[in-house]
Amino acid sequence: MIQADAPTILPLELKDVSLQAGQHRLIKDVSCTLDAKDVTIIIGPNGAGKSLLLRLCHGLLTPSAGAIHWHGANGRDPSLYQAMVFQRPVMLRRSVRANIDFALSLRKVPRRLRHNLIEEALHRAGLNRFAKTPARVLSFGEQQRLALARSWALRPQILFLDEPTASIDPAATHVIEEVIMAMRKEGTKIVMCTHDLGQARRLADEVIFLHRGRILEKSGAAEFFAGPKNDLAQAFLRGELLWWHRRELTPP
Amino acid sequence: MTDFGAAISTAFALVAHLDRDLSEVVLLSLKVSISAVLIASVIGLPIGAALALFRFPGRTIFIVVLNAFMGLPPVVIGLIVYLLLSRAGPFGVFGLLFTPTAMIIAQVLLITPLIAALARQVMETLWLEYEEQLRSLGTTPLRALGALLWDGRFSLMTAVLAGFGRAIAEVGAVMIVGGNIDHVTRVMTTSIALEVSKGNLALALGLGIILVVLSVLVNGMVYFLRGNQRQGGTL
Ligand SMILES: Nc1ncnc2c1ncn2[C@@H]1O[C@H](COP(=O)(O)OP(=O)(O)OP(=O)(O)O)[C@@H](O)[C@H]1O
Ligand SMILES: [Mg+2]
Repeated sequence: MIQADAPTILPLELKDVSLQAGQHRLIKDVSCTLDAKDVTIIIGPNGAGKSLLLRLCHGLLTPSAGAIHWHGANGRDPSLYQAMVFQRPVMLRRSVRANIDFALSLRKVPRRLRHNLIEEALHRAGLNRFAKTPARVLSFGEQQRLALARSWALRPQILFLDEPTASIDPAATHVIEEVIMAMRKEGTKIVMCTHDLGQARRLADEVIFLHRGRILEKSGAAEFFAGPKNDLAQAFLRGELLWWHRRELTPP
Repeated sequence: MTDFGAAISTAFALVAHLDRDLSEVVLLSLKVSISAVLIASVIGLPIGAALALFRFPGRTIFIVVLNAFMGLPPVVIGLIVYLLLSRAGPFGVFGLLFTPTAMIIAQVLLITPLIAALARQVMETLWLEYEEQLRSLGTTPLRALGALLWDGRFSLMTAVLAGFGRAIAEVGAVMIVGGNIDHVTRVMTTSIALEVSKGNLALALGLGIILVVLSVLVNGMVYFLRGNQRQGGTL
């Protein structure tokens, strides 16, 4: 069981992290530091490597080169303090409640504490009335909310989200954003990728622009949206970053 | 044609009256095959799950051998068990040849590979879907195995039923290791073979009817389980 007041495992530092698959370098020499507070939004075109970068940070993938370091971990297992919401929700073939219960039991949360955590998480995500429903009959959007509720129940210090509101209606998107902001308020570090620039503006404290496996820009949200320094990032914000333009746009 | 008609009506009469000889044979068949399926499931399901989840040296060879065993003709398995259990064989001292135990052993060998292979398919598909999520939640290999077995329970039941279907319908192996001894090792399939050769079509047909009914029941259950699973499988 993770104490709520356990010292944070952050900051997270990536040092020259690369990921290679066969001939292709999918992530190229990424170095950056993520601080304990705030919301970091990763944006970039399809195939930029956003999902891969999240998986590397979360420990689901091992970098081919470079190192990932949790500076606050001090010998503790960092994976116990993290959670991730995937692009497409994965639900066990059990009830909604049992799905959260299973996650809590994996984190060794004592049985007597689980009930309240589950109720609260379901309430947050507006899923109370589905508690006993088989999770897999829920709609896509409901399942995504359940995935978020499950993460909420774990009280992670850092939460990775991979396009959690892709193909989700505006109302459900609003619920998801509210839950995310509530978690942020309780001190959870949020790292999320999205294609919804409006959402990025609403949530971001910090923006990372990823392109072809490289971080081309990392800056404060206000600064970034006022005008990124990188020309590819500028083109992306204007909606003009098209693959056939790349040659002209790439600085010499 | 009248012969055939008479045989059919006698057959139904035998089934309807639960003829003593007939029910003895049916009960022994069920006893042998249910025992075999239970043992084969206890061995085969974890093997299938482990093959799906874990990468270890020799895994590929193991899978190839498993698949080869799945396609082995039952008579060959009967022959192998016969050689192992015969007086001169390595397990001859136990005197198991021509007993129901020998038949159970042969059927276990026959269906364990089938159950393991089907279980592996089920588990592999599930693991593909679950792996990242379970690793993200911080699962141990054992908890992952448990979750997969539980979540795949309906599909696994169909694997077990398929094993039962193969066991109860099989004739070659039990004939060789059981010897088809009256009141001792005579099961449905071996009696059908015998009664037909004796020209006693009524009893053979009666047993045939029961086999067909059993097969329909088993397949009905498989169908029902599949449907149940598609609806999401409640807790
Ligand atoms: N296992 C793999 N083997 C080879 N290439 C891969 C593998 N996984 C991903 N890739 C490639 O890596 C690149 C980055 O993939 P990634 O999923 O991180 O993109 P993304 O930025 O999340 O895109 P999207 O916005 O479409 O989700 C893609 O070009 C993809 O084809
Ligand atoms: Mg992606």
